[in-house]
Amino acid sequence: MSDQQPILELRNVVKRYSVGRGMFAPKRPLMAVGGVSLSVPRGQVLGLVGESGCGKSTLAKMVLGLETPTEGEVLIDGRPIAQLGRLERARLVQPVFQDPYSSLNPRKTIASIVGLPLAVHGEGSAAERETRVAEMLALVGLSPRHAAAYPSQLSGGQRQRVAIARALILKPQLLICDEPTSALDVSVQAQILNLLMDLQSRLGLTSLFISHNLAVVQMLATRVAVMYLGRVVEEGPTAEVMVRAQHPYSRGLLASVLTPDPRLGLPDTRLGSVFPDPLAPPPGCAFHPRCPLVFDRCKVEAPRLRNHQGASRAACHAAERDAAAMIPA
Amino acid sequence: MTTPVLDVKQLAVQIPVADGILHAVRDVTLTVARGETLCVVGESGCGKSLTSLAVMGLLPSSARRTAAHMRFAGEDLLDMTPRRLRELRGNRMAMIFQEPMTSLNPAWTIGDQLTEPFLRHGKGNRREATDRAVFLLERVGIAAAGRRLVQYPHELSGGLRQRVMIAMALMCGPDLILADEPTTALDVTIQAEILHLLAELQQEFGMGLLLVTHDLGIVARVAHRVAVMYAGEVVESGPTVTVFDEPRHPYTRGLIDCIPIPARSRPGVPLGTIPGLVPSLVGGIEGCAFRERCAFATEPCARPVPVVTGAEDHAWRCILPAAVPSLLENPA
Repeated sequence: MSDQQPILELRNVVKRYSVGRGMFAPKRPLMAVGGVSLSVPRGQVLGLVGESGCGKSTLAKMVLGLETPTEGEVLIDGRPIAQLGRLERARLVQPVFQDPYSSLNPRKTIASIVGLPLAVHGEGSAAERETRVAEMLALVGLSPRHAAAYPSQLSGGQRQRVAIARALILKPQLLICDEPTSALDVSVQAQILNLLMDLQSRLGLTSLFISHNLAVVQMLATRVAVMYLGRVVEEGPTAEVMVRAQHPYSRGLLASVLTPDPRLGLPDTRLGSVFPDPLAPPPGCAFHPRCPLVFDRCKVEAPRLRNHQGASRAACHAAERDAAAMIPA
Repeated sequence: MTTPVLDVKQLAVQIPVADGILHAVRDVTLTVARGETLCVVGESGCGKSLTSLAVMGLLPSSARRTAAHMRFAGEDLLDMTPRRLRELRGNRMAMIFQEPMTSLNPAWTIGDQLTEPFLRHGKGNRREATDRAVFLLERVGIAAAGRRLVQYPHELSGGLRQRVMIAMALMCGPDLILADEPTTALDVTIQAEILHLLAELQQEFGMGLLLVTHDLGIVARVAHRVAVMYAGEVVESGPTVTVFDEPRHPYTRGLIDCIPIPARSRPGVPLGTIPGLVPSLVGGIEGCAFRERCAFATEPCARPVPVVTGAEDHAWRCILPAAVPSLLENPA
């Protein structure tokens, strides 16, 4: 297998749901993910950013095989996920979810939660499994005495460490972190981000890191993809998106990160707050009703994700126009 | 100096639990002036929400509330009759809760919920109530306000519901608003809009605003003054700029250092952290509650720590002689 082979590849992935509106009303299609193509090379972290309803969690579920795409393909390590069995899939990709209170079995000890994937996959003897669990707990910064504890005896941060240990014990090719720090206090969030950063550099993890907070994403991600209403509106190297975001929505998201600087007032994101109805998305660019740069073309024609300048891609008519204007005639 | 709209001295809240008494709020003193925003900031379990509930008289019945005094516009809430308290609540002091889905009644229309406090407090007749509801819905940025009145909460998005909560709190023209994490359940771009709106309305109507939050970013951007709570106590309070520039309590410094900031944090550069865990508040605590986690703790920290007051009402509960420096490589 060549090194160029991405660990995760999404090829024009679409997910449509049929949404009922009441007993007698006809069902309507809801486009949760509307044609997303992304890839994550080995050892890299792709940050996926967007607000609620943008489709980022649906995308994560499709990568985990918990949802089947309506159209398109998800490939892990070059293999279409649709053709993989459950066990095989679990070896390739593992999740860390948002809420460490509901994602751990309250009746199992920490050691058995972390060791369960090994047992299911029949790896090693009981003694070997015990050793690997102990090593894994140490790796995520838990002490040996936690092994016999139950989730209810741990703090939120410790539980999220358990979730990370469970996800990593099979040495998966790909780690999916879906808002792993959103349910945590800020000081605990910092600990978990530091841990993920440390594991990243020590183990060379490949991961998809999903968050609504660009400041969190940029600590870990090598590349960032910004989603809005089911589509990727901007994608590029983290540093470039953070400094020279081309899509007005990316800039708005960035502006809404409230840094603790008491000399700055509240940011004016210029986005308004009217989130469109995903059942009736606006025509043209789905972002145009909130966009400060909107012009006529945006209302009729959906922009395509493409390169305008620099190393990132954006789906924005205004970015295209501005990039064209910079080339001397 | 005019009477502050809220003046709480030595508030304590104790809750009986299975293994003893939980000292959830211990010796909290704070004031809110008219037109001023005080942010109470801290992490889960620090007592910040209970403090606001104690002010509103909304504590669970098992909880015991004590204070030297707890005055609302000069009137002590402690020995107030339930009848007088009902006259004030929802009228001159109003509350905005975190979760707009669970704090609106799903079986009532928006219009009925908005007009209820207005009518109940005898501010006018039904027509006047409806007019004010429409006026306020428009003021909080809801388009087609008249049409919204007949809608139910489930028909509105989270951002709209929180705007309805704000409009409802404003119906009777309160002197004080207590907002408990008003934007935590909202998306980031909506959060900025709602905070803008709160700050604007507060200036416009000259209200005192007590805003409870866990987010120092929000504090920095909206608070005139801040009170940092840890383990049931206010460990530091003062003007926002002073507290952020020269934090005198190591916990305040720790909180500031652990926030990811786009310009400062880079891949590979760890955030500051606060080691250890919050101590149990069952049975009470002697000395500084933060000492087990504090890099600067010394032997006297095990004894009760007096509050030190500096310039401009900056006060802290720590024996360190100077501001706590950042331990990060590239502090902001």
